[in-house]
Amino acid sequence: MEKKATREAYGKALIEIGKDEKVVVLDADLSGSTKSSEFKKVYPDRFFNMGIAESNMVDVAAGMALSGLKPYASSFAVFISGRAFEPVRQSICYQNLNVVLCGSHSGISVGEDGGSHQAIADISLMRSLPNMKVFVPADYNEAYNIVLATVKMEGPVYIRTSRAKSPIITEDKNFESGKAAVLKSGNDVSLIACGMMSYIALEAALLLKQDGIDVEVINSPSIKPLDEETVYKSAKKTKRVFTIEEHSVIGGLGSAVSEFLSENLPVYVHKIGIEDTFGESGTKDDLFCKFGFTKEAVAKRIKDRLNG
Amino acid sequence: MEDFKRLEEIAKTIRRNILTMLNKAGSGHSGGSLSITDILVALYFGGIMKYDAKRPNWEDRDRLVLSKGHACPALYATLAEVGFFDKELLWTLRQLGSPLQGHPDSKKLPGIEASTGSLGNGISQAVGMALAARVLKKKYNVFCIVGDGEMQEGLVYEALMAAGHYKLSNLIVIVDNNGLQIDGQCKDVMNIYPLKEKFEAFNFRTYEMSGHIYKNIMDTLTTAKRNVVSPTAVIARTVKGMGVSFMENRVEYHGVAPSDEELEKALKELE
Repeated sequence: MEKKATREAYGKALIEIGKDEKVVVLDADLSGSTKSSEFKKVYPDRFFNMGIAESNMVDVAAGMALSGLKPYASSFAVFISGRAFEPVRQSICYQNLNVVLCGSHSGISVGEDGGSHQAIADISLMRSLPNMKVFVPADYNEAYNIVLATVKMEGPVYIRTSRAKSPIITEDKNFESGKAAVLKSGNDVSLIACGMMSYIALEAALLLKQDGIDVEVINSPSIKPLDEETVYKSAKKTKRVFTIEEHSVIGGLGSAVSEFLSENLPVYVHKIGIEDTFGESGTKDDLFCKFGFTKEAVAKRIKDRLNG
Repeated sequence: MEDFKRLEEIAKTIRRNILTMLNKAGSGHSGGSLSITDILVALYFGGIMKYDAKRPNWEDRDRLVLSKGHACPALYATLAEVGFFDKELLWTLRQLGSPLQGHPDSKKLPGIEASTGSLGNGISQAVGMALAARVLKKKYNVFCIVGDGEMQEGLVYEALMAAGHYKLSNLIVIVDNNGLQIDGQCKDVMNIYPLKEKFEAFNFRTYEMSGHIYKNIMDTLTTAKRNVVSPTAVIARTVKGMGVSFMENRVEYHGVAPSDEELEKALKELE
């Protein structure tokens, strides 16, 4: 299976959307890592390195959007959602500006850089802001198509990408905000995932199949707006919902699904994610083992819950 | 000379409107609004800024970003006076549903270039606007008024660094140096001085002027606009509460609106 990182798609897609002369790209000294440097190679006059100053980068993007440009600003997810949170709130969201923010190196799969650099609350932070849309691509194809789709999108967008390469599991097709996709249909359990966890969810479903548990796997790249219809339909059928994300169990996809279901179709929901703790240094694979992001651990967790 | 007299008369009207709207609102920032009034009058009535009140989104217009957004009553009164919106709106300041929010909201009121008030964010957005002119191949200037207390925000220095780095000669930053902030004198709360040297260290061409003498303001801002090699900073010596004797240099009036009695007294002084 072909493996590519979602951050690579960000860089490639920027080149494509750069044909639109309103598109400008900003980075905060991490352009080689976020891959916004790809844009710089083709459109150097519309690329702006803002130095290690994420807050200013976000405000400058706001000023550019107020002047009629379409800015894409990137940094590590931990910085763009944390350090720059205030300008994201005050300037981008409060003014509902057409700015796309990309947080790369999200989650614990950053690996060796350790807990200080692993964004585990970025979805939560961004999702809580009025006007903000939050997209978490499952793979390269989805990331590429999300970036293409954002050119015509009104209002602020946060795209969460990853450093690590991961298998390509989605088709290369147009992205629609607020749409989730059933990757595998099933009748016993709904498993709603985003980011790299969508692949792990599929793998876990195969394992559970052997135990006679028929899992419906849903890839939900659009955390906000959430595809309520798809979630509702699946939950109505299975009555048992699991969510999985490479993010804190507080405020992310699991929370979004829980908030919706608790008000509209109260069913059993169990959130799989990072349990209100920070990450640490290690290889991505070692960290995924420690934090329970393997197909075996996920399958066991679902089985235990169903039996418990 | 006659023209300066005209500007002084306009400033009186605007100061009266500022105090009246604050009195009606029952809250808001009197001192800092009065300290920037003459600068705004010079910008909008003295021919410094290029704008068209009937076309607030005209692409080639000069922009004014009020980074010290809490002084928005002065900006609202000025924008109304030049015709961006109906003057009657001034009396709705801070009321539910009013486009005249407690701090400027670019989505609600024509002439407001950026939502500001959380200090530091305005000047950074102004840098973005100035940089955008380069991409858009436009000639507009961006004026940005920052408070002296605001110079304590770290974000300001990120913005200055970027402005200097990109040699944004279409950016003119004006510091309202009235020396006071809510908790007291700037030099006591957290010393911001020296200011001139700070701007120069970030590769700004820097001027000092009186923020209340029109000849000085007009000459300085006209010179600032001619700079084509670097961003410009203008440190304006101002008086908090300027124009109202009992408010001048009084920190107590930073975030307080005049009472009915105070308003009456103030309006008399501004006749």
